[in-house]
Amino acid sequence: MNKLIFGRYIPGDSFIHRLDPRGKLLLSFYFIGIIFLAHNWQSYLLLFLFTMFAVLMSRVNLGFFIRGVRPLIWLILFTVILQIFFTRGGHLYWHWGPLVVSQYGLVNGGYIFMRFVLIIFMSTLLTLTTPPLQLSDAIESILKPFKVFHLPVYEIALMISIALRFVPTLMDETEKIMNAQRARGVDFGSGSLSQKMRAIIPLLIPLFVNSFNRAEDLATAMEARGYQGGEGRTKYRVLTWKGQDTLAVAAFAVITGLLIWLR
Amino acid sequence: MDITFKDVAFTYQAGSPFASDALTDINLTIHDQAFTAIIGHTGSGKSTLVQHLNALLKPSAGTVTIGERVITPETDNKNLKPIRQKVGMVFQFPENQLFEETVAKDIAFGPMNFGVSEADALQRATEMVQLVGLDTQYLERSPFDLSGGQMRRVAIAGVLAMKPEVLILDEPTAGLDPVGRREILGMVERLHREQHLTVVLITHLMEDVAAYADQVVVMDRGQVAKTGTPQAVFQDVAWLQSHQLGVPETALFAEKLKQRGFQFEQLPLTEAALAAALAPQLPLTKRGATDE
Repeated sequence: MNKLIFGRYIPGDSFIHRLDPRGKLLLSFYFIGIIFLAHNWQSYLLLFLFTMFAVLMSRVNLGFFIRGVRPLIWLILFTVILQIFFTRGGHLYWHWGPLVVSQYGLVNGGYIFMRFVLIIFMSTLLTLTTPPLQLSDAIESILKPFKVFHLPVYEIALMISIALRFVPTLMDETEKIMNAQRARGVDFGSGSLSQKMRAIIPLLIPLFVNSFNRAEDLATAMEARGYQGGEGRTKYRVLTWKGQDTLAVAAFAVITGLLIWLR
Repeated sequence: MDITFKDVAFTYQAGSPFASDALTDINLTIHDQAFTAIIGHTGSGKSTLVQHLNALLKPSAGTVTIGERVITPETDNKNLKPIRQKVGMVFQFPENQLFEETVAKDIAFGPMNFGVSEADALQRATEMVQLVGLDTQYLERSPFDLSGGQMRRVAIAGVLAMKPEVLILDEPTAGLDPVGRREILGMVERLHREQHLTVVLITHLMEDVAAYADQVVVMDRGQVAKTGTPQAVFQDVAWLQSHQLGVPETALFAEKLKQRGFQFEQLPLTEAALAAALAPQLPLTKRGATDE
């Protein structure tokens, strides 16, 4: 369970850690957008260097980022392999029926791989350096304008914070229940596919039941303390936009400019 | 079936920045047919230690010998099932592991995983549900309709139904009322006495240790701080308290009596022992109590 690094915050006090979470969140999405501007190795190199610079600046161990890629590695390899086998053009190295390995295919496969890795690195950077609660504050703040359209912004933000808050709890509980069922002779992750599926039932049902119980307890506890979201509720941590955040935006602007120039 | 720890160490999330040493330098033998209590304050490594007893965790260093099987850091995760059948484990709040439609099916789940036929497993469910003090009418009920205490019993029955030789219980009475607590521990004690089950009990209740255990293991910061009989371990009241551990009420009371001039060769742990030790010292007896 601990392999799942996405969504885990590593405390620190780097420049990246101190950035306004709203800026970080928007820039992470923006990064996914601009990565599609890259179409040659120079631009990928630029993005790679930029990402590595950000990663190093966060002073979080590089291992965490690499581990963030791991859960998605099969999806990435699958996509890359499709790219390689079905793209024609340039020098043809090998072909068999509809499958080919061509120069363009290899290059495109490489680009797709880079794209995945960079996107994962950048989003991992966001979650590794931003406490989950700050992220949900950021989402609330960003969505605020949509209140005009009757979007229940506070409720959405509350739901996100509660969900994030219970991720580690759920992971611990999964581990515990898996152990309890292992002790009763369940073999997780071995045997045929249908055996594997059947082994999941004794894990999922207790997890569901416990989650519902916990949700009910939490609701009772919140009501008992008179929780009311929305209008009039102030925040302990107020988000403030500072010069460093503008600087980060400027850095992204420069990168965008360079990417367009490199096209 | 003896279980022996030799120079065992265990590290959680080894090789990551979150690595933390949970156990260091454990040398310990859980004797066949003994009733062993493991005490130690929260975070001292008790739960980690017992998870080595049925190979849910493998040591990061050293070896754990469970009967014939030797578990080393290199041991493969396959073929551990026989161990899990022989060493039954009741986790903290075991009611959280229930999932079947009926109590009977849930109890039969463990044995069936170990190759017992459905008919036999359901037969065992009928036996076990009575053993844990529930009426057979509960067998067809959904486990989720029961009270917390009843669910706990069903979960324990589910482990007992595997017919283990060693039974590990991790705070089996946490959150139960005094009657429920006495009933569950009484049942464990009966199994230990009548069916010669080896029992390993993690507990914070020193009275239970004094009443049931043959051997006590005191854990402190991932190490075995002391082992011995309850009588021996509970002598050093000051040492236990400095390790944030309690002492049976009776021993505390005796310790206070000592300050008032009473003499005890050893601190008595149970009310009966205290009474026996006090009787000759009371002026009352000198007047010739003849009703003995």
